[in-house]
Amino acid sequence: MAYLNVRNIQKNFGATRVLKGIDLELERGEVLVIIGSSGSGKTTLLRALNFLELPDDGTITLDGEVLLDASDKTMRSDEEIRKNRLHFGLVFQQFNLFPQYSVLDNLTLSPRLMAKSLPKAERKAKIQAIEENAKALLERVGLSEKAGSYPCELSGGQQQRVAIARALALSPDILCFDEPTSALDPELTGEVLKVIRSLKDDRRTMIVVTHEMEFARGVADRVIFMSDGVIAEQGSAEEIFEHPKSPALQHFLRLSKEK
Amino acid sequence: MFGYVTQELLLGFWTTLQIFALTLLFSLPLGLVICFGSMSRVTPLRWFCKTLVWIIRGTPLMLQIIVIFYGPGLAATWAQGLSEQNALTSWIASWEVMDRFTSIIVAFSINYACYFSEIYRGGIQSIPRGQYEAGQVLGMTRGQIFFHVVLMQVIKRITAPMSNEFITLVKDTSLARTIAVYEIIWAGQQFITMHGLLWPLFYTGAFYLIFCGALTLAFGALEKKLNYYKV
Ligand SMILES: Nc1ncnc2c1ncn2[C@@H]1O[C@H](COP(=O)(O)OP(=O)(O)OP(=O)(O)O)[C@@H](O)[C@H]1O
Ligand SMILES: [Mg+2]
Repeated sequence: MAYLNVRNIQKNFGATRVLKGIDLELERGEVLVIIGSSGSGKTTLLRALNFLELPDDGTITLDGEVLLDASDKTMRSDEEIRKNRLHFGLVFQQFNLFPQYSVLDNLTLSPRLMAKSLPKAERKAKIQAIEENAKALLERVGLSEKAGSYPCELSGGQQQRVAIARALALSPDILCFDEPTSALDPELTGEVLKVIRSLKDDRRTMIVVTHEMEFARGVADRVIFMSDGVIAEQGSAEEIFEHPKSPALQHFLRLSKEK
Repeated sequence: MFGYVTQELLLGFWTTLQIFALTLLFSLPLGLVICFGSMSRVTPLRWFCKTLVWIIRGTPLMLQIIVIFYGPGLAATWAQGLSEQNALTSWIASWEVMDRFTSIIVAFSINYACYFSEIYRGGIQSIPRGQYEAGQVLGMTRGQIFFHVVLMQVIKRITAPMSNEFITLVKDTSLARTIAVYEIIWAGQQFITMHGLLWPLFYTGAFYLIFCGALTLAFGALEKKLNYYKV
C-alpha cells in the first residue's frame, strides 16, 4: 500500500458536485503536481486533505493509518480532526500570515501553544528547541535577517517563503501548496519556486497545485490532471507533458502555453 | 464661591466617573457574550440576542433607565395583588426595587453591551477567513485561534468605533439624573434652584471636555501603539 492513499473522495456544495470520486496514491518522498483548469476542484481537494472541508464520501489513509473515513461520523470531533490534520501542511495562495506577529513569532506561535501542555520541566527546553528550529527554517528559506520584521514589511515573495517556513515548523508528513505563486508579481515567483525545488531535493513529500507548467514539469514525480471534479489523466511528468492522451489535457496544455 | 462650586461639581463628577467605569467594567465583557450569542449556530440563542439588541438599540436609554428602576417594583405590586399565586408570580412578587445607583449601572451596562456587541461582531466578521484557516491547518484550537490570532486584529479594527462609544458614554451618564442620581449635571442644577446661579451648570461642560479630551488622547496613543503592523 502506498504511503498516502486517497480513495473515492467526494464533495458536494449543495447541488454542485465539486469532487466526484478522487483516488490517488503517493509514495514517501514523491512530489505530486496537480494541474487543471479553473473550477476543476484542485483547491477543494487540497482543502479536503487538510480537513478544511469534510468530504461527503471517501477515505484518507496515511502510512497505514486511516485519518478520515467519511462514513464514520465518530471521527469528526474537533480534537480528532486537529490531531489528524497535523500530518499535512498547507501553504495558501494568499499566504495568510498573522499580521500582528513578527516573522519569527508566525513560525513559533502554534508550536509554542502546543508546548503549553508539556510539564513545566520540559517546557523550557522545548520552547528553546522551537525557536532554534524556527531560525533554522528561516535561514533555509533565505530570510534570517527578517526574523524580527512584520509581514506588512515584506514583499509577496518573502511573505510566501515565511508561510512555507511556518508550515514546515510543524514538521508535516506531507506539505501541500495551493498555487503558491499565483498572487505574486512575475518577478517574485522565482524565489518561491526555488524554495519548493530545494524541498524536493530534501525528499520531502509534497502535493503542489500550480499553473506554472515549466516548474511543474521540473519538480513533479507524478502529475494529475483534474477536470470537472475527476482525475482525467495521470502519469509521470514526461507522460503528461510530452505525451498527453486525452483531448482535454492536450487542449489545456496548449492554452497554458499560449499564456 | 468658585472654589465651593468646583468642590460640589467634583463630588457630582465622582459619581459620573463611577457610572462610566462600572458601565465599562460590565458592558465590555457582556458585549462579547451577546456578540457570540448573536453569531451562534443555536437558533433560539441567536434570536434572543438579536431581539435584545433590537429592543435596546431601538428605545431611548432614558426609557430603559425608568423601566429598570420602576419596573420590578410595579411587577411585584401587580403579582402580590393576584388572587392566585404560582411559582412564577410569587417569585415576581418577591422582587424588590433596586437602589437608584444600581439601577443606573444595570441599565447602562445592558445598553452599552448591546452597542459593543454589534461593534465586536463587525470587527470579528471583518477578519478574513484565511486567518482562521491558517490557524486551523497549524493545528490550533478554536479558542487559540480566537485569542491568539483574531482578537488582536479585532481590537485594532474596532478602536475607532469604540472610542466613539466611550465618549458618548461620558455624556450619557448625565441621564442618571432621570432617577435622581446625583451626578455632575444634577450638581450644577442645584445651584440654579438653591442660589439662582446659572454659570455652575455651564461650568460642568469643562469637566466633560477635559475628560473626553483625556480619553481621546488615550485612544490616540492606543491606535499609535497598534500601528506597528498593518492588516
Ligand atoms: N465553499 C464553496 N461553496 C460553493 N461552491 C464552492 C465552494 N468552494 C468551491 N466551490 C465550487 O467548487 C468548484 C471547484 O472549486 P475549486 O476552488 O476547488 O477549483 P480550483 O480547481 O481550485 O480552481 P482555480 O484554478 O480557479 O483555483 C468551483 O465551481 C467553485 O465554484
Ligand atoms: Mg484553486
